Amino acid sequence: MTESIVRALKCRECGEEYPVQPTHVCEFCFGPLEVVYDYEKLEGNFTRKLIESRPQNMWRYRELLPIDGEPTVGAENGFTPLVRAERLAAALGVKELYIKNDSVCSPTLSFKDRVVSVALSKAVEFGFTTVACASTGNLAGSVAANAAAAGLESYVFIPHDLEQGKVLGAGIFGTKIIGINGTYDDVNRLCSEVAGKYGWAFVNVNIRPFYAEGSKTYGYEIMEQLGWKAPKHVVVPMASGSLCTKIDKSINEFIKLGLIEDNSTAIYGAQATGCSPISKAVKENTDLIHPVRPDTIAKSLAIGNPADGYYAHRVMRDTGGWAEDVNDEEIVAAMKLLAETEGIFTETAGGVTVGVAKKLIEQGRIPRDESIVLCITGNGLKTQEAIVDAIEKPRIIQSNLKDFDALAAADGVQV
Amino acid sequence: MKMKVYLTYNVENIRLPIIWQLGQSFAIITNIRTADVKENMGLVALELDGAVDVVEEAIRWLESQQVHVEPIEQNMVEG
Repeated sequence: MTESIVRALKCRECGEEYPVQPTHVCEFCFGPLEVVYDYEKLEGNFTRKLIESRPQNMWRYRELLPIDGEPTVGAENGFTPLVRAERLAAALGVKELYIKNDSVCSPTLSFKDRVVSVALSKAVEFGFTTVACASTGNLAGSVAANAAAAGLESYVFIPHDLEQGKVLGAGIFGTKIIGINGTYDDVNRLCSEVAGKYGWAFVNVNIRPFYAEGSKTYGYEIMEQLGWKAPKHVVVPMASGSLCTKIDKSINEFIKLGLIEDNSTAIYGAQATGCSPISKAVKENTDLIHPVRPDTIAKSLAIGNPADGYYAHRVMRDTGGWAEDVNDEEIVAAMKLLAETEGIFTETAGGVTVGVAKKLIEQGRIPRDESIVLCITGNGLKTQEAIVDAIEKPRIIQSNLKDFDALAAADGVQV
Repeated sequence: MKMKVYLTYNVENIRLPIIWQLGQSFAIITNIRTADVKENMGLVALELDGAVDVVEEAIRWLESQQVHVEPIEQNMVEG
């Protein structure tokens, strides 16, 4: 194991540095903290050959992750397929298209398994025995599952009226689920108070700087799987906006370490129209992210006041990308398009990514003859209610060949 | 308890001395860290220090003044 190259936690606003500890807010200006590294310590030691010699999981890039020893949680997570999407490319009228498919990420079928693995491994290093999160879906399931596998106690906070199916996805792992009465703002505030008082590892609060770093592995894998090359264009779904900033960071790190050439990658953000504070700010070219009340079927992206919105906007602007949003009908249509062309059933957030990519290609913002990667971050089995009315119902016939012959003939099937 | 929050003001209440009123009405220490006013919106990063129930009551009062209050982490409930 190469020694950790983490230097400190650094405020993204005022630049103040802090020792590595479970904290996330600058004591001076209340800005968010980020993990920073001494990359020069890796010079010449972190090579393609070394990475390729390691097992195919997200920890093959562990020197660039903020843990000190071996991972203790989610040791086999990550390294999902990068699919060359020929049929979807034809449908969208582009030449070179790839799907980074985290709808099959282990163990809970979403990219949250990456961030949670890093967060919980770090929590164990810090000495925590209880981990927690506030979530309406993927994050809850991932924290519950990974905590169970690591023998950690876990608490998951949810709004009291969350659908039963989503509660089950976390409950099966034996986590303690707390439903909170009140508005979304009330839930947020209570979780902030609990995180401050109980001394637990709240993955997206006091462990957030470490948690967010796990997203970089999604970017590293794209570049390695493309043959040690960054794509020209990446389309990323945005909730808090964190994934956008971390994919950008992963590309810059690989360039800095000499693992890839700079390919001037442009990063594009995708949101649902019913919750599009970041794409609105990009389109209006303003730094201010105006909070919105989410109203969309893409629940996993429904963050009305995104903590990383400002930084995501900056990444899109600086890389020459853009942001767009799609409405609920477009989301469902895009989910079907991806399923019917590539056999990949993604959740509504993936429909947002595909739908926005389609829009950006039609607008001419993404050129048709350059490499494009679409980030698919979750599995469609988790959001079945969103498409139940959009899928053709089975045609019922009697159990005789005559009836089937009639049906086949109506379909134009030749015997 | 120390609670770090973002206050968001709108055009109707942006000129009111709401943080002064807060300090007069509740036994809490208020400590502003950043503030910004533009495009019909005011944003203040504020620390509230006091007994748990007083801080919670103070937040309810701020909301009654049409000030949007949320933890410094912003939306913590993720999908």
